[in-house]
Amino acid sequence: MPDTLDRTIRFGSNSGQPMTRRDGIAKVTGAATFTADNTPDNVLHAVYVPATIARGRVTSLDVAAAEAHPGVTHVLTPANRPHLHGDPEAKPTMFSFRIEVLQDDTVRYAGQPVAMVLGETLEAATEGARLLAPTYEMAPPRVDLDRAEPYDVEPGGFGRPTGASHGDIDAGHRAAVKSVDVTYSTAPQYHNAMETHAIVAAWDGDKLHLDVPTQALSMSCAAYASFFDIPVENVTINSPYLGGGFGSKAVPIGPNILAILAARMTGRPVKLMLTRQQMFGPTGHRGATRQRLRLGIDEDASLTVIDHDSLSETSSFDDFHEPAAGASQGLYAAGALRSVHRGARLDIGTPGAMRAPGEASGSAALECAMDEMAEAAGMDPLEFRLKNYAETEPGTGRPYSSKALRDCYLQGAERFGWAGRPLAPRQMRDENGLLTGWGMGTALFPCPMFMAEARATLRADGSALFETSAVDMGQGALTALAQIAADSLGLPVDNVEFRAGHSSLPDGGVAGGSGHTATAGGALHAAGSDVIRQLGEMAAADPASPLHGAGNASFVARHGRLYVDGDDSRSEPFADILSRAGGADLVGSGSASRPPETAAQYAMYSHGAVFAEVKVDPDLCQVQVTRLVGAFAAGRIINPKLADSQLLGGLIWGISFALHEEAHHDPVTGRIVNADFAGYHVPVNADVRGLEVLTVHEDDPHVNLLGIKGVGEIGIVGTVGAIGNAIWHATGHRIRRFPIRIEDLLKA
Amino acid sequence: MSLSISLSINGAARDIVLDDVRVTLLDLLRERLALPGTKKGCDRGQCGACTVLVNGQRVNSCLTLAATLDGATVTTIEGLAQGDRLHPVQQAFLEHDGFQCGYCTPGQIMSAVGLIAEGHAGDDADRIREGMSGNLCRCSAYRGITEAVQDATRRMTAQAAEDAA
Ligand code: FES
Ligand code: FES
Repeated sequence: MPDTLDRTIRFGSNSGQPMTRRDGIAKVTGAATFTADNTPDNVLHAVYVPATIARGRVTSLDVAAAEAHPGVTHVLTPANRPHLHGDPEAKPTMFSFRIEVLQDDTVRYAGQPVAMVLGETLEAATEGARLLAPTYEMAPPRVDLDRAEPYDVEPGGFGRPTGASHGDIDAGHRAAVKSVDVTYSTAPQYHNAMETHAIVAAWDGDKLHLDVPTQALSMSCAAYASFFDIPVENVTINSPYLGGGFGSKAVPIGPNILAILAARMTGRPVKLMLTRQQMFGPTGHRGATRQRLRLGIDEDASLTVIDHDSLSETSSFDDFHEPAAGASQGLYAAGALRSVHRGARLDIGTPGAMRAPGEASGSAALECAMDEMAEAAGMDPLEFRLKNYAETEPGTGRPYSSKALRDCYLQGAERFGWAGRPLAPRQMRDENGLLTGWGMGTALFPCPMFMAEARATLRADGSALFETSAVDMGQGALTALAQIAADSLGLPVDNVEFRAGHSSLPDGGVAGGSGHTATAGGALHAAGSDVIRQLGEMAAADPASPLHGAGNASFVARHGRLYVDGDDSRSEPFADILSRAGGADLVGSGSASRPPETAAQYAMYSHGAVFAEVKVDPDLCQVQVTRLVGAFAAGRIINPKLADSQLLGGLIWGISFALHEEAHHDPVTGRIVNADFAGYHVPVNADVRGLEVLTVHEDDPHVNLLGIKGVGEIGIVGTVGAIGNAIWHATGHRIRRFPIRIEDLLKA
Repeated sequence: MSLSISLSINGAARDIVLDDVRVTLLDLLRERLALPGTKKGCDRGQCGACTVLVNGQRVNSCLTLAATLDGATVTTIEGLAQGDRLHPVQQAFLEHDGFQCGYCTPGQIMSAVGLIAEGHAGDDADRIREGMSGNLCRCSAYRGITEAVQDATRRMTAQAAEDAA
């Protein structure tokens, strides 16, 4: 049982150290090979044509013109696209989405592929795609969420979130002496990893080799295999580095399937790299929401109710509803809690999971509503949150596996200098006359665990090899997981070789949900423990070993030696045990997942508190975030340097959500008019200053064996609300739409 | 139509026959010269991932037609380290964790080398932020990037002073 930490785990020698990234030298010298860096001999370049309307049908493609262009070798259209075994409209698994692979001439969103051109060079294929010049029969696009017809989401797993209701909601509303009833909007956002989606596909008979960035190697193999009717073991995926994932690189996208089909059709390797503009179509996005929050408090400023209703966009043909209202569960001690999810269908690509799905959008609305409630109560926002601090999970009453949120509030406030903040807005100016405001928000993120497997090989020279198909998309898996692996054998990390990022390795699970380090790390630790167990058995049975006969004791590994637990006088180097046994490698295996009993028993979340300072020009209404302090409690931190980078990245994503990111649809064609980095804004270096991250100590004996909660997403949560609230505090204006724009403040 | 150009790339002279005048410097490096260290993030001058030095100046290689570069000297990320010895900017990025996924990193580093050579920013954090704002980092490693450029600038200035003494 993970109640008591396994005593063989020793942390501090590798885990807990701020080690430099193991892949750092490869990344600063240009040696790290991303998918599109592979150019096999005889490769064909693929370029697809994205639809420029959002709803209708393709009526013509000038195939002759494209084919006549020198260097163009093939043109794929619905008219000649070879047979595909898998049905792109089927949803065989919970994580399957409907995709477009030229199954017909229908257009269901702008950016959908309507044809693909192959060429001997990228230049030829690009020009060929342009020459196809599609014409369309266009129907009026439905791209305005505020005009769509909402429906209740039918709960059903990923993309169809359940609601929740605890306590008597009506009584909660009636008991309120003060209340707020506000609606917040969030915009459609697109992941836009710096590495666009890409694939290099090559067939060898009925074996398929793919270079493709994926957050889920083994799930992707299965999905690709099913489309092409080959056994899963015939698919090999090489994904050593991802140039960012953020949730968009977990499920196969239509263009990838087309590239694989093209490779099979031509018998040549095919390389496809999406353009930046194509990253605003078939690759998923964070769906826009409209969230109504009704909160009430009693005389004592205790919350009587949190009633959160979230409407989110999805596509006309598939379901991914942002689970935003879920963010109100699990955080504040309200007498009654309800979350409701509604959806509306638009002519857009199907949304998907984007960094902190649900929590980022939901908490943006919740934390602003909490600020409005605190204002109504005449209380400091931090004091109001402490007043409504939940000691057990609201609604369910389950204990938290651990919850150091109070420490986050206090340490974050202290570092920020929150004390003395004027209650009323528009009270502070800086030396240049800029309106200055302070706001805060609470961060919460669940700690899922998935399923992973790993293999550990102890070699005769005392070094070790660890293998699992984990993926590094920038979070630092190649480093942090190697630290965990090394600790499981009591070896310095430099004596450990770590292989990941390839589908031939034991299943490393999914890099997502902030659960990768816990899950793959758990599997690595289990594999190392299996080696120690076998070593112990070998030594105990061997009369030549100082550990002979200690079979009933347990063993611990330190500095490349095996010790009898609790008896430091009895130990032996690994290498001696192995060499007497003939010098063969010793192989152990392990897996990790969360026992269902633990999952049912405890509420498991990472927590944090974010404090923001903004400055607003009183005339021009330009907004700058001048300081952000985030204090986070996320269980055991394996590598503080990399965890800080993850959390800082999250804070900046929060700035981006609050002030920058928004895709705009043209109402006539339905296409996104700002589908590139000139129009779709993300923060640049000059937007970012004054960031500070604290990690608060937290021991969690329940969340998993290693006590890891994950840091990949929580940095965004809380930050968006903190910035919105700081803008109110600076200006006195509540802007209830994100991103907050200059014009909203000018008009306010 | 084909056309020949001569380039010095990372110190090596290259005679290149271009069979297509549409080829950008970025695609020339990546697709034809097996130098994929330079990255494509937008292909239209909006992200800086493709930054290289041309005659010592930082440029967006995606906006530069290879055909216009006859006689030019090009430095890419692959040409920055001296054997195993990292350039001070590379070393500083490593130490300050100035990246996460590493995809924007070649462009960031080349841009930083160019910025330091331009000499307007010095080790002033605000000026560095401004001068590095043509290089997007979606992982948002900006704090580490700024610190790395500051640190490298100081190290290179100190080294230059030492060399001069
Ligand atoms: S690829 Fe050249 S600036 Fe983006
Ligand atoms: S390190 Fe990932 S984009 Fe900069």
